[in-house]
Amino acid sequence: MEDHTCQCPSAVPETDLSLIAGVLDTYKDIPGSLITVLQRTQTIYGYIPKDAVLAISKALGIRPAKIMGVITFYAQFRLSPIGKHLLMVCQGTACHVNSSEKVAAAIGDELGIVAGETTPDGLFTYENVACLGCCSMAPVMMIQTKEQSEVYGPLTPKSARQIIRGIRKAEGGDKQ
Amino acid sequence: MRFTVGMGSCGIAAGAQKTLDALKKALGERSSDIPVGQVGCIGMCFNEPIVEVITDTEHYYYSKVNEEMAEEIVASHLKDGLPAESYLIPEEDMDFLKKQTRVALRNCGVIDPEKIESYRERGGYEAITKVLKTMSPAEVVGEVKISGLRGRGGAGFPTWFKWDAAAKSEGDEKYVICNADEGDPGAFMDRSLLEGDPHAVMEGMMIAAYAIGAAKGVFYVRAEYPLAIKRLEKAIKQARTAGFLGEHILGTDFSFDLEIKAGAGAFVCGEETALIASLEGERGMPRLKPPFPAQKGYWQKPSNINNVETYGNIPWIFREGGEAFAAMGTENSKGTKVFALAGKVKRGGLAEVPMGMTIREIIYDIGGGIKDDKALKGVQMGGPSGGCIPERLIDTPVDYENITAAGAIMGSGGMIVMDETTCMVDMARFFMDFTQKESCGKCVHCRIGTKRMLEILDRIVNGEGRDGDIELLEELGRGIIDGSLCGLGQSAPNPALSTIAQFREEYDAHIRDKKCPAHKCKPLLTYAIDPEKCTGCNACAKKCPAEAIHGEKKKPHEIDAAFCVKCGSCESACRFGAVLVD
Repeated sequence: MEDHTCQCPSAVPETDLSLIAGVLDTYKDIPGSLITVLQRTQTIYGYIPKDAVLAISKALGIRPAKIMGVITFYAQFRLSPIGKHLLMVCQGTACHVNSSEKVAAAIGDELGIVAGETTPDGLFTYENVACLGCCSMAPVMMIQTKEQSEVYGPLTPKSARQIIRGIRKAEGGDKQ
Repeated sequence: MRFTVGMGSCGIAAGAQKTLDALKKALGERSSDIPVGQVGCIGMCFNEPIVEVITDTEHYYYSKVNEEMAEEIVASHLKDGLPAESYLIPEEDMDFLKKQTRVALRNCGVIDPEKIESYRERGGYEAITKVLKTMSPAEVVGEVKISGLRGRGGAGFPTWFKWDAAAKSEGDEKYVICNADEGDPGAFMDRSLLEGDPHAVMEGMMIAAYAIGAAKGVFYVRAEYPLAIKRLEKAIKQARTAGFLGEHILGTDFSFDLEIKAGAGAFVCGEETALIASLEGERGMPRLKPPFPAQKGYWQKPSNINNVETYGNIPWIFREGGEAFAAMGTENSKGTKVFALAGKVKRGGLAEVPMGMTIREIIYDIGGGIKDDKALKGVQMGGPSGGCIPERLIDTPVDYENITAAGAIMGSGGMIVMDETTCMVDMARFFMDFTQKESCGKCVHCRIGTKRMLEILDRIVNGEGRDGDIELLEELGRGIIDGSLCGLGQSAPNPALSTIAQFREEYDAHIRDKKCPAHKCKPLLTYAIDPEKCTGCNACAKKCPAEAIHGEKKKPHEIDAAFCVKCGSCESACRFGAVLVD
């Protein structure tokens, strides 16, 4: 008989739920902790896996549908993995007035993706975000990794490309 | 002698960490007796990274200090005992500070925000000590009333009134909440205050807690402000160790503790009932008021919610007296207000001024005027909830009533300066795009109305505007204002309505003439070459990505409009000003 098990290499790996056991234990009896739990979960996995939603539901006694409602309401939460470097390009007023759209276009072009996507090599995820609060350095972007977050500005399309190339080089991914 | 480096988010973005490391390295062995400390943002963001050298007699400020400059500055002070003149912040830039009156920002850029001792040296925690030892809760509310302080987050509601209502509400448990969900794109005073002087905001909350009878306080901080959260966490720990948080503070019956909850990225959570829903782990959707949070707030208990800057003013008011605060400002708007100056202004940053100063003074005397000396077109105040004040009204004094009369709102104090190259229709579209995305979806008018308004603005900036679009925008705007529950919806149409009121001719130009006077809206632009000025150098043709420019060498070139993608490369490539944009 034909084997119908999915052999797709990109199948979502099973989530190691032991990683959030401590978080669930700490917050399970504190009312109103759902957002905090989701934030901790996202810090651990880089996103919120479906399996984790079910585990949170069980521990906190909140229906999965309601948890999904909260996740999708807030811009911060993600349901799919992101790249190693998260590029958050500011679309605040001061940045807009100082032509942030040109910077955003250069970043999309340099990475070969549009906002909300991740590069195929898994190095970069590019997102447009609301104000980062560094308005006098507009236009700015924040680059976040698991270890740190750094703000860059004032950017030009050229300097934005250079920053990305610098990271690529440091990651050993520059084959040119 | 000691050194300090501005280590706010903006300073760090400009490379302050490298500067600080370079200073320490240059000082070498001397760093044991010449400390290098970190301070928050002094507000002169345009000069970051800023290094201050404090000697027994003088303060020297250095601007845009990189690693090499740091070495030279250290050498100059150590060897010659003289400042490195050429790197000092120019005298006229110091006007940025001199024209200010700093109350809320009194410690920002002065103290080390990660050291409680640094705060206490500047009189920190004296106010709560005085309050606990000598005043009754009712007297505290009375003092705030004398000060005339109004909410700094947007609506300008009298602070004492909120405190009084929460104090009079019956309840075994009460809460004080700090709204640090600074969502207005273009405002960053709350970030700066939390990063630069976290203890002051905490002390303000303690005083509020004593006044209303609360034992617990919560910070609701935007997730986009990780440094502010980190510094608050440190400050709370230090205050607990020092005995300013916990049981029986300073040996009195007053017990109080604080926790931090990070927001998750939703602008509507700046609205107080939405904020409470979010604190409780729910979708941040506003609800009908009454009951007000002062009656039924966090967990249905009486709660007092104020903005960061409001709390930041409180310790000063109790140290210097409510009357001293009320002595500043105008009749109905007392004290000072912090403005976040950004956009097309020469010196962008945070400026705190007495209420009643004119917009012109803030932009020109403090901000140094318009970038590249272009012409001022207007100032957006109040962000996506506010409006645009046109150039002809910039002698308006800044206070709650006058700003409202001029067609904007005070809001949290964001001041975005716009020049002749800013398209007002594009700005209206920008804000509508923002509020449309941030609408929580509860009220139909806000959810769908903002979408329809955005679609209309989209077609106008794309050159597909129709007759009657302006009237349609106005009609939808009125509907959204009437049909929305919370401040987000009720104010969402403001940027569009205020630009229609003040800059209607720009809308007409887009819709009727298919022209963008500010040359911002790409689909409406045409590029051409002035044959009189063109030298035929071919520079533009080389840069053109669409190969739309043709011509013989040393003869005037031409742009083929059918192929032009309106990228503007030719305009920036031309050294003779021969590319005409219309």
